[in-house]
Amino acid sequence: MIHRTAALSLVLLLAACSSEQAMTAPASEDAARVAGLWWAFLGFASFVFALVIGLVIAAMRTTFTEPAMPIETRRGWTLVIGGGVVLPLIAVVGLVGSGLWIGGVVARNEEPADLTVEVAGKRWWWEVIYRDADGEEIARTANEIVLPVGRTARVLLTSDNVIHSFWAPNLQGKTDMIPGRVNESRLTPARTGRFRGQCAEFCGVQHAYMAFVVEVIEADAFDAWLARQARPRTVPADPLLRRGLAVFLEADCGTCHAIRGTPAEGEMGPDLTHLAARETLAAGTIPNTKGHLAGWIGDPQKVKPGVLMPATALEPDDQEALLAYLTSLR
Amino acid sequence: MDERREDGRPGDVDWRERRGADPSESREAPGGPPTEERQEPLHPAIEDDAEETRRLAETWAAPTGFVGWFTPVNQRIIGRRFIVTAFVYFVLAGLLGVAMRLQLAVPENDLLAPDIYNQFFTVHGTAMMFLFAIPVLEGFALFVVPMMIGTRDMAFPRLNAFGYYVYLIGSAIFFLMLVVGMAPKAGWFNYVPLAGKLYEPGIGVDIWTTMITFIEVSALTAAVELIVTILKLRAPGMTLNRMPVFVWASLVMAFMIVFAMPAIIVASSLLILDRLVGTGFFVPEMGGDPLLWQHLFWFFGHPEVYIVLVPALGIVSTIVTTFTQRSLFGYTAIVISIVATGFVSFGLWVHHMFATGLPHLGMSFFMAASAMIAIPNGVQVFCWIATMWGSRIRLATPMLYVLGFFWVFVMGGLTGVMVASIPFDLQVHDTYFLVAHFHYVLIGGSVMPVIGALYYWYPQLTGRMMNEVAGKISFALVFVGFNVAFFPMHQLGLDGMPRRVYTYLEESGWGDLNLLATIGAVVLAAGFATTMVNALASLRWGAKARRNPWDAETLEWATESPPPPYNHRHIPIVKSREPVWDWREMKERPVVTGLRSDRREVVVTSILDAEPQAVQVLPAPTIWPFLSAVAASVGFIGILFHPIFFVVSFFLAFFSFVGWFWPRRPWQED
Repeated sequence: MIHRTAALSLVLLLAACSSEQAMTAPASEDAARVAGLWWAFLGFASFVFALVIGLVIAAMRTTFTEPAMPIETRRGWTLVIGGGVVLPLIAVVGLVGSGLWIGGVVARNEEPADLTVEVAGKRWWWEVIYRDADGEEIARTANEIVLPVGRTARVLLTSDNVIHSFWAPNLQGKTDMIPGRVNESRLTPARTGRFRGQCAEFCGVQHAYMAFVVEVIEADAFDAWLARQARPRTVPADPLLRRGLAVFLEADCGTCHAIRGTPAEGEMGPDLTHLAARETLAAGTIPNTKGHLAGWIGDPQKVKPGVLMPATALEPDDQEALLAYLTSLR
Repeated sequence: MDERREDGRPGDVDWRERRGADPSESREAPGGPPTEERQEPLHPAIEDDAEETRRLAETWAAPTGFVGWFTPVNQRIIGRRFIVTAFVYFVLAGLLGVAMRLQLAVPENDLLAPDIYNQFFTVHGTAMMFLFAIPVLEGFALFVVPMMIGTRDMAFPRLNAFGYYVYLIGSAIFFLMLVVGMAPKAGWFNYVPLAGKLYEPGIGVDIWTTMITFIEVSALTAAVELIVTILKLRAPGMTLNRMPVFVWASLVMAFMIVFAMPAIIVASSLLILDRLVGTGFFVPEMGGDPLLWQHLFWFFGHPEVYIVLVPALGIVSTIVTTFTQRSLFGYTAIVISIVATGFVSFGLWVHHMFATGLPHLGMSFFMAASAMIAIPNGVQVFCWIATMWGSRIRLATPMLYVLGFFWVFVMGGLTGVMVASIPFDLQVHDTYFLVAHFHYVLIGGSVMPVIGALYYWYPQLTGRMMNEVAGKISFALVFVGFNVAFFPMHQLGLDGMPRRVYTYLEESGWGDLNLLATIGAVVLAAGFATTMVNALASLRWGAKARRNPWDAETLEWATESPPPPYNHRHIPIVKSREPVWDWREMKERPVVTGLRSDRREVVVTSILDAEPQAVQVLPAPTIWPFLSAVAASVGFIGILFHPIFFVVSFFLAFFSFVGWFWPRRPWQED
């Protein structure tokens, strides 16, 4: 047990200095097991590949030089049985055994989850809903999933449109989001960091730019974050921000987007109550800065062709007010 | 057996005594010695009546001229058309692949708009599978198998022609959709609900399902043809255990088509009903289930991989035997492996669906079955190694492609075993790791043997040899280009790059490997282009082939290059697995006598022991299969626009079938 933990922490340590969207840089025990599996597979496969190619070359050695010498029947059968039956059989036993064990550990879900997050696949973004033990909604956000390190999150995966697939390779293998079903995945991050995930099932024109971020933070910070996310908005006192909200409502943004605490209650697009707290826009496509936000609102098709959000043309003053308001939604 | 090569005397006149001479040495330049010297008499013991031979050629001749193009039923003509048409789609779909690679060469590229890219990858996948891989292997089987089993045509020649026209019409319409920008863009797998009317309102997916129907009909006709022909028309004496491995592979492929295609027929019919009539088989709100589509699709889709792999492995066995001049080591083991592959391939389909959240225990069965398929394939690989062991291999282009096959296919097989593991698959499924894996399997396992087969059987297709130098250049480009293009994709998948994305962000860090892959793809394309140009140029400038240029052992070489319309002047009687090699020693060569030359007669033999049972009279060329194909197409295509076409097509098809089956007294009575 200690040995295993040591091995895992070694893998985790190695991973810490690698890229943020790779199965070979695991940030959870589940992912670390699969990463270990990959290195074992790679070793075995390299051996078999070298063996077969070596045998082919050995078989041909007489082509240019020596007189031909057919293989003896006995040795031939030894070769065929050894290479064609025994070797694959060893691989099969090892593979099925490891697959059952690791898959079983991942699928069994023995410990009760510490928190429940529902992630719904949209075209082409992710709706993220934090729920309490009774299934009541605590907070709703989009494209960024914040998780506490060391705790197990039960992730419920749904879709009301086409099939998507939820995949953050550093944390866990992928699970499809299928209309009419609720699938489940478990994420137990073992280290803090930002891990990128991406839709892994072709879901239409903007499948390419349908990414999300899993931000793993300390447990205390997480509790504070969730409490902040749960808070609705009030009408701002600042006149510029107040005008920005009015522009938001007049431009019918509220038909698709919700800002909790205001008349904007749309459900088509991402919830914007704490938009400014996110680091990216358009499902991980562009950084969430004022300039990018302005470009995104003015011409979303340019950023993400095929996106369902319509372009909104605004007077410069209105645009300034709207941007000021949106960037205040921390 | 190898000493035969030693005393080969190039240019020997007596073919029976020439032993394994290198064809490149004895190849005559165009306009060299006249045909009579090049093509020695096959049956010196038999006095061939010239008048009889002429009448035989006349009876079996295919019609010429413009109208004549629509009427031939000879198996070699139909097979050749399948091969040529399939290669046209190979080139077109390959160009789409290159276009996609150019788009992905650098991050955030805007060479192709996402809609165009999505159409391209949908058509690339669909065309490579349905319009190239299956038809080209059917084509080779239709072309080679009847000659290989020593008969003169397929059992149902008109059905054969029908299958080709259906394929031609369906595939042409499918590709035209790309030209007018209305091609499907939901992927070759067309997962619902994305492929449903709500999310794909255009006509693209409708055309896709229709095209699938066409290809199914065409594949089923070819499969039925092959099964009956192989089981009933083998030359006397060619018992099942003397059948060439390629014939076994074609037989297994045909049976797999018969069992796998109905699943996709059901799936595409239900999808078109959902789209046109508003049924809800796959719509969850109406009580349907999107996963039903995936089960049906992959129940076909996985055997499909082996449908294109099994005959290609048969080609490998053929080429290995010929180029080592040895009997295949472990013939029985190889045949059992082929049959086992056919069976097991039907128990693997769920490994495409590990991420769908099915119960883990249920999926474990498919994990084990997927890994088990390594055994029959491993047995074949090691049997080939044992055959090659200590031989003097002739390193001509077909054999080079087979050697390349070992490298590429074994690597694809190894990653295939890896992805059978559920936890590992959940990480790499639908990533570039998978793209790398299946291109290694399909290009390595299927395309490279097929290109080898093109070089190998080109003399029988055209009567000329393909250029060896160009062939070797082509192989070098293909081998290097392929590995440069696809090997880096393994790493891209591990680094998290999903499939079917038209672009990726600069920050992802995937740019370098993608650029490398694109460079490889261009080299690969150049390699395939070299072969295509070689094939076209050799039609005109290729050296004339002598009889049996590779000194092969099977019966398709026991006739001239190219074969006369009747394939074999005399139907041989077979006494071993390598009849043509036997004849090098034997002065006597028993043949079937008594077949008439004034009508198309073939010998029907028993299934197991190939004992002569009867004489079958085959029908002559006719326009009716073409008209029937047109009639069926009117219905399949027209129904997308108006239901009335169903009725129109029904009557058209009825009349064309009546014409097709109208009793023709003269050839039935006498």
